[in-house]
This record gives sequence, C-alpha cells and structure tokens, in this order.
Amino acid sequence: MSKEKIQLCDDLSDIMPPEYQDLVATATFGNEERGWKDIGSSKELIEQHSLCAGCPESIAFRYILSSIPSPEDTVFVGSTGCTSLVFPHVAVQNIHSLFGNQNAVASGLHRALKCRFPDRNKDVIVLAGDGATVDIGLDCTMQSWFRGEKFTTICFDNELYANTGGQESGLMQKGFVSKMAPVGKQFDKVRLPEIAREAGCKYVAMLTVSKPNRVEKAIKNAVYIARELGPTYVQLYTPCILEIGKQSMEGLDEMKDAESIGGRFVMKEYITDDAKELLADMEAEKKAKKKAAKAGK
Amino acid sequence: MNKQVESPKGRIIKSRHVKLGTKNKKGQTFTDVNEMFFEAERTASFLTGSEVIREAIKRASVGMSIAYPITPQSEAAALIGELYAEGYLDDYFRGESEFAVMSQCAGAAFGGMRVFTTTAGPGTLRAMENFSMWAGSRLPIQVCVTMRGVNSPLSIQPDTLELSYLLESGMLLWHAETAQDLYDFILKGFIVAEQPDVHLPIAVCCDGFFVTHTKDTVELTPEDLCLTPYDPYKSPVPCMDMECPPIRMMRDPFVMKSNYISYSTHASWQQEVRAAIERSRKHTAALIGGLIDVENNDRDILIVSSGTAVSQGREAIRLLEEEGIKVGLVKIKTIRPFPHEEVREAVKNAKHIFVPEFNMAGWLAREIKSVINDNDRVICGPQVAGGMTLPSEVIVEEIKKYLGIKVGSLAGRGS
Repeated sequence: MSKEKIQLCDDLSDIMPPEYQDLVATATFGNEERGWKDIGSSKELIEQHSLCAGCPESIAFRYILSSIPSPEDTVFVGSTGCTSLVFPHVAVQNIHSLFGNQNAVASGLHRALKCRFPDRNKDVIVLAGDGATVDIGLDCTMQSWFRGEKFTTICFDNELYANTGGQESGLMQKGFVSKMAPVGKQFDKVRLPEIAREAGCKYVAMLTVSKPNRVEKAIKNAVYIARELGPTYVQLYTPCILEIGKQSMEGLDEMKDAESIGGRFVMKEYITDDAKELLADMEAEKKAKKKAAKAGK
Repeated sequence: MNKQVESPKGRIIKSRHVKLGTKNKKGQTFTDVNEMFFEAERTASFLTGSEVIREAIKRASVGMSIAYPITPQSEAAALIGELYAEGYLDDYFRGESEFAVMSQCAGAAFGGMRVFTTTAGPGTLRAMENFSMWAGSRLPIQVCVTMRGVNSPLSIQPDTLELSYLLESGMLLWHAETAQDLYDFILKGFIVAEQPDVHLPIAVCCDGFFVTHTKDTVELTPEDLCLTPYDPYKSPVPCMDMECPPIRMMRDPFVMKSNYISYSTHASWQQEVRAAIERSRKHTAALIGGLIDVENNDRDILIVSSGTAVSQGREAIRLLEEEGIKVGLVKIKTIRPFPHEEVREAVKNAKHIFVPEFNMAGWLAREIKSVINDNDRVICGPQVAGGMTLPSEVIVEEIKKYLGIKVGSLAGRGS
C-alpha cells in the first residue's frame, strides 16, 4: 500500500471519523525512520486497547506498532487470546482465524504475497500469546521454522493463559500455583528461544518491554532479517499483573525485576552469522547514506 | 430461500477479467468458463480419478496448492506437485498435518490466491475446525474430498460418512458421481465459489477408490485453455494484502463482547453465509445443468442418491427393467445448497423412494426425509460401509423384498 491509498476523497472527508483524519495527516506510514520516539508526536497505529488497565501488553503493542519498518506493507496474523482483543483497534490489516494455527496461516499468507508482489517487501508478522505459540500451536510454530518461512513470530509471554482466567501454560515457571496447576506447575518453563535457535530461526530475542529502544531494535532486526534470510522469533515478557496479584501501576517494576541479573528475562539474543553480516551491511549502508546526505548539503 | 431455480437459458455471467484472452506463462489462454465448457471441443481420454484431478488443476489457473499424504488422495496431491514443478502453479508445498494445511490454505486465500487442496477421511476430520473458519472468513478455497472411512477401527476404504460432518460447515458441497463429474465440478466449482455474491469455500467430494483409483473415459476441455484467474478485489471482504485502507478492521466479525449487538452480529453473519450458499444455486444450475438429474420420475418407485451409489442404482434399474419392474432415478449433485424444491418436485408422484448409500448414518436419506411430504415413502437403504461395495443386485433385492417378491439369498450376505 502506498500512502496515497489512505487519502480521503474531498467530498466525503467531512464524514470520516477524526481517528482516520489523524491517520492520514500524521501517521508514520512510509517513513523509514519511524520508531518508538514518534509516540506522542504522530498518530499511532493502535487506536485504543481493551486490555486491563496497566497491562504491559498494551505498551508492548504500542512499541511494536511504532517500530515495524513499513506498516503500509505489513499484515499481522494473530491468534485467540488477549492480543485478539486489541487487533480490531489497529490500523494495519490483521487476521484472526483460529487458536494455535497462526504460523500456518502466516506461511500461506507470506507465500501468497511473495507470489503476487514479487518485487516488494510485504512483511508478515505473527503476534500471539504463549498459549497459542508454545502449547496448542507449537507444531505449526516449529514447522514454519523448519521450513524456513520468511516471517517474524512475536510471542507475548505472560506465563499463563490470561484471557481464559489464569491457567497453567508451558511458559509458566515451575512451581507456580495457578488454575489447572493446583499443586504448582510440575515442569520447567519451556525454553522456546533455544528451541527456536535450533529449529532454524535466524534471529531470536527474549526481553521484557520495559525499555522501548530495546524493543524497537529487536523488532526491526527481526523484520529485516526475516525479509532476507528466514524465520525470526521475539519473545517479550508482558506479565499478567492481574493473575500474579500486582497492581495496575506495578507492571513496569515486575518487568524490571524479571530482567535484572539472575532473573528469568535477562535479555538474550541469538543471531546467526549471515544475519549478523546482514545487519552490519545495513548499518554501513545507512551510515554511507547519511554521509552522502551531509556532503550533499 | 429454498426456491427452485430454473435452469437458465443464459449462462453464468461472462468473465471480464483483464487477463481474458491473454496467455499464461505455459502458453494457455485465459478463457471464460462458458466458452471453455459449452463451445470448445472436448477430447476423450481414459484416465484414473487422480489423473482427472491433475488435468482439471492444469486448466484451473490455481495459484497455490498445499499437500499432505492420506489415502486415497495422495496420488492426486503428488500429481499437482508435478504440475507445480512444470510451472502451472505459483507455489506448492507439503504441510505438517491436515489442520495446518487447511490453515495454510486459508493464509494463501487471505493473501488473494486461488487455492486448491485435497484430503480424505480422518484428514477431513482433523482439519474440521478450519472449514467453518474458511466459510466465516469467506475464503473461496476448493478442497477435493476423496471420501474414505473414518476411524476407528482403522480403515482406508471408501465410505461417505465424512460428508455428513461437513453438512453445516458453511461450505458448498458438491458430490461427483463419475470421473467426468469430478473434472467438470472442480473447474466449475472455482467459478461458482468465487462469484462475489457467493464467495465461499467449496468441497468437491467423490467416493474414494471407486472414482479416484478406477479408469474412466473423460471428455477433457482443450489443454491450451485455462480458467480466468481469481480476482481478489471482487471479494465481498477485503483481501489481506495491505492494498486497501486499513482502519480498525478485521476480516471476520469480532464479537467477543457480551452484549446484544455482538450476538446479533454473529447471528447475522451466520445467516449471511447460509444465504450465500443459497445464492450459489443460480450459478450452479447454469454451469452444471441443474442441481439434480432426473430419469423417469413418473414411476412409482424411485432411486434417489448421490455419488457412485447413483451408478449402482442406474444398473439396478436396468436389471429390474429386465424383470418388468420399472424404477426411476434422481441424482443429487449438490448437497449444499440442498435441492429442496427440486427433490420435492421430482418425487411428488413416487410411492416408494429408495436411498442407497455408502455409509451407516444414512445422511442423505435424512436430508431427503426432511424436505419432502409423506416422508414415510423413504426407505433408507440399502446402506453399506467400511469399504463394502454396493452391488446393483443388493439394490435390486432390497426393492424386490420391499415389494413382497421372493428373492434368492445373495452369496455371503447370510440373508
């Protein structure tokens, strides 16, 4: 999509909702330099959210949507869960079809877009919760990695089934007492980042969403590498404050605790050599461009 | 709803696709379906059902096909892979399970492609959650269902039970009797399913082995003509390719709120899917010559069936005729939309209606009973299952027994 496609026709512009008017006027479609710092100064692609007050998923959504490099050519594939409550409010096309089949849908979608638009980058991004990614959908998740499908998978890891009311999930930590784990979870948190690395992902990152610049970097790396090389995976800790007994203002502290030394979510990244090379080339190109622009002045 | 559709004099609306008349990369000319089927010359070929599927897909301008092995569709799915290798399709791969394959098909269709896949028996049941999703998302994917037994006990043999699971999925369901039907239904099925006022998935069903693995003479359309490609921008819902303005939109109605508007939205969406199935009748009748075929329905006794049971019924009628017993025949071609009015009209003078079926549920007899008057005229059977054949003699015996005519016992049946 080019930005022209969202322009308003003069005769009808007065009846369009103000949210759309703002989108045309100040959204960052088509701006290659877009990032989390645009939040507050431009129209965000997420209009509102229907999550709990203070839910870290809502800020994660804002960071991701402000960081994706070309929203005008990006399609999201979601799954059932808290994330699926947010997608109706997002100004990027998105698909919800079933629970757990998101990576299969994305495989078909990405291939179709590649065939139909061979000369353009149409980014496909999966965004689903940990139940959808690791439990019910693990087969589809991993098989898409085995096949080397070129799209990004983002997992909102809140360590339980939040939308159904806090049941045990594979990414829950061992010993945690929850619904369906009445005597505490009996096995370790599934090590999906390591599994992703072994299953063929070119770039894997696990982090919290406490620092927007880190989230932006991880999302951009994941999308750029997926375009050129193969599958990428980003696992973001977005704690369910409701189910772990925190107040709505305590989400940020929870994430900061979890990523401090010895915590479950100390940031880790796995990058393959060819992906490292790609990122270095892109960085060099960017620098050269800047230099040329400066010299041009 | 449920009104009989006249077989129209005019044909289905001619395609105005920009590619009409131009050639694809294999040198085939994009041709309107009317011209392809009603004007172009046909060539007789002697092929298995699986080869017939290949020949149809070769001419169908399919963008993507996704495969998974399960008997008896594996051969057809592999032959489509060969077509991909030859350059007839844009993409093709093997998925990890039928559940995943049908989701991958959904993704490709969301992305604006014409999509074809095949499955059977346990595969159909494993994929089941996807079929309602396809219909609800208005994806005009075609799945060819080569029907076989459903476990347990394990069986790979022909049995049409799985079709009953698909009845309320929201898909169009057509049931081919012969290899010729299969060829015609696959090609015509794409065109009907993709009409803007239909735009629903279609299952073209055939009886596994009896159709897929036997050779039959099929009149093929010319090899150098292919269907006009799918136009995703004629879809009644937006194509998910970010080529149209995205704002607070979802492809399927998102109704997780607990209020009346939400319930009403979901209910009306379901009604619309069913209405779209009914709207397919006019296109279907125009292309496949009515939803039913009727032979001698002025007779007291009728055999009404679908699939290969029709062929067996036709032979039974010939055998009975030799003994002076006159029986008529009604062949049902579309199970969804179900030809309510057509069947009611066709059987109105019949005294006894026999419904031979290749399954234990007798789903077709149930469908027929639910739409006709005086439905005690319907005799459910004979029914065979689990791979048993349905010899014409068994149908003859059933009818004669019912008429009070003494019959010798058939070997091995213990009757």
